[in-house]
Amino acid sequence: MNIVLILPILVPLVTAILSVFFRTRDRLAHGLALGGAILHLGAALLLLVTVLETKVTVLWVGGWPAPFGICLVADYLSSVMVLITAVIHLAVTAYSRSDIDHEMISTGFHPLLNMLTAAICGAFLTGDLFNLYVWFEVMLMASFGLLVMGHRPCQLTGAVKYVTVNLISTLFFITAIGLIYGLTGTLNMADLHAKAAAVENSALLTAAAMLLLSGFAIKAALFPLFFWLPASYHTLPVSVSAYFAGMLSKVGIYALLRMFTLVFIGRTDITHATLMVVAALTMLFGVIGAASQVEIRRILSFHIISQVGYMALGIALLTPLAVAGAIVYLVHHIIVKANLFLVSGLVRQVGGTMHLKRIGGLYRDYGLLAILFFIPAFALAGFPPLSGFWAKLLIIKAALEIEQYGLAILAAVVGLLTVLSMVKIWTEAFWKPAPAEQPPPSGQPLSWWLLAPVMLLALTTVLMGLFIEPVIQFAMVAAEQLLNPHAYIDAVLGGGR
Amino acid sequence: METAFACLVGLLFAAALYLMLSGVLVKFVFGLALIGNGINLLILTAGRLQNNNPPLIQAGETTLVEPVANALPQALILTAIVIGFAMVTFLLILLYRAYAYAGTLDADEGPFLEEWREDDACPEPFVRTQQEINRIERDRQR
Repeated sequence: MNIVLILPILVPLVTAILSVFFRTRDRLAHGLALGGAILHLGAALLLLVTVLETKVTVLWVGGWPAPFGICLVADYLSSVMVLITAVIHLAVTAYSRSDIDHEMISTGFHPLLNMLTAAICGAFLTGDLFNLYVWFEVMLMASFGLLVMGHRPCQLTGAVKYVTVNLISTLFFITAIGLIYGLTGTLNMADLHAKAAAVENSALLTAAAMLLLSGFAIKAALFPLFFWLPASYHTLPVSVSAYFAGMLSKVGIYALLRMFTLVFIGRTDITHATLMVVAALTMLFGVIGAASQVEIRRILSFHIISQVGYMALGIALLTPLAVAGAIVYLVHHIIVKANLFLVSGLVRQVGGTMHLKRIGGLYRDYGLLAILFFIPAFALAGFPPLSGFWAKLLIIKAALEIEQYGLAILAAVVGLLTVLSMVKIWTEAFWKPAPAEQPPPSGQPLSWWLLAPVMLLALTTVLMGLFIEPVIQFAMVAAEQLLNPHAYIDAVLGGGR
Repeated sequence: METAFACLVGLLFAAALYLMLSGVLVKFVFGLALIGNGINLLILTAGRLQNNNPPLIQAGETTLVEPVANALPQALILTAIVIGFAMVTFLLILLYRAYAYAGTLDADEGPFLEEWREDDACPEPFVRTQQEINRIERDRQR
């Protein structure tokens, strides 16, 4: 039995259960969560090492013969996603020490965050479509809990939007599962690859694929179904919003990447062509939406949308380079976006607000903070040599290779507009003279619990940009595995029991 | 049989979508419960309906004797029912709290149209929930 595969799910699950008992004691609860997060990172690293050796690792839970049971599968993509989840989980847990108050801890912040982590890792590792649905639901439930926790009531209208729209997405998902099961008689993803290709009623299968596409598109906040995201993310505590911004919409992208390379590749003229249009519009509308905002986290929320568009574009182009670009983009984006949300918390800590009109002059008084904002912000905007530049370059190059010049130009233009937004935050919050009502610098240094995660994530961004070659190599292998899924299918169906 | 089920599923979907799109959030909950049942029937129908024997191995046999009902859709539906129940429960509580603040559950009315910003003052809620009364009481004692 290949226990390595289940550890990234089990560790946060156990931590979640244990921390329920300590939730009234802040220090102890935080220590436990931090220990759990470090163990989780260890488990994720172990999984990555195993996958680097074996290419694809499979665990049939309960020892049922293939393809009847539920299996966990880790290939290059899954393992790197699990690793990045563990990194963000650790960063957010450390950050929450100074950010989350006693009331939120006692209402169960740590158990919910760990449940969310377990569910996200489960979604990355499962090889079964219905199991993916269940992990999505666990993820939703945990995120609902975090969404409404310790809140002032006026934030609830944003939560209502988030909850209703995400519930509709799961309805699409389960309906598609019903149709796919009726057509193929299986829900194992590897088994579906061959059986979906052999389905006679291909129109109905395409309909199911489109339902699935819509469901995942809502999760990933693609155009035109992204309104729930900027309506809710800026109302959350900073740690929670950083975790949500980093991970949640990217699980939707992962699911798209998995299903639309492994199973639904029969009618790319319908599914992937639609996705291409949707991705282009997502990039454009996300970045335009950001232009009119004046609150840091609202701007960043709109940028999540436009960035997710790049990844969806990578999936839609469906060439090895494009898929590799999408994977690099995923990893880069999760680190950078979570980091930016954490930095926004620091800005509020020193400036008292996230409204750009009411803060200024942070560059003069807080040099370190300015650097810490500068790195992820301009990585997001795609400045060389930071990681965002390479990610954008891969996608644009892939679009040029198959002569989609319009999309390549659009991707470049959206990159420019992203710079505009980042420069807006930079000039307003850091360069502009401080407005009169802003409190003078207190001289009190920022807590290391807040600074350390931000610094580590910024360092990761810089290192990833400087040593991009191995990252791209890795992504190319991962893309190769996705587009030629025979190793995956053989590992799942051949090596069972 | 399957045609009748398909029609029923279609009817449930239509009614549920009508409710969910009405813009009143309480109706959205009803629609959610209804469409959940519609989807469960869809899964049941997708698993084929013609065989009626329970999928149990008879005494003295080692394998199933055909024809038997397909057990997998039932397991899927059971899971979906539990999840759907949890979702509806959560949504009801969330809507109750939202109503206590906003005084309305019409998604087209003011409180649901405006984007709340962190710096904005939080207006006095329409109805105070017990938790808020407790919190105010605690704050006063400090």
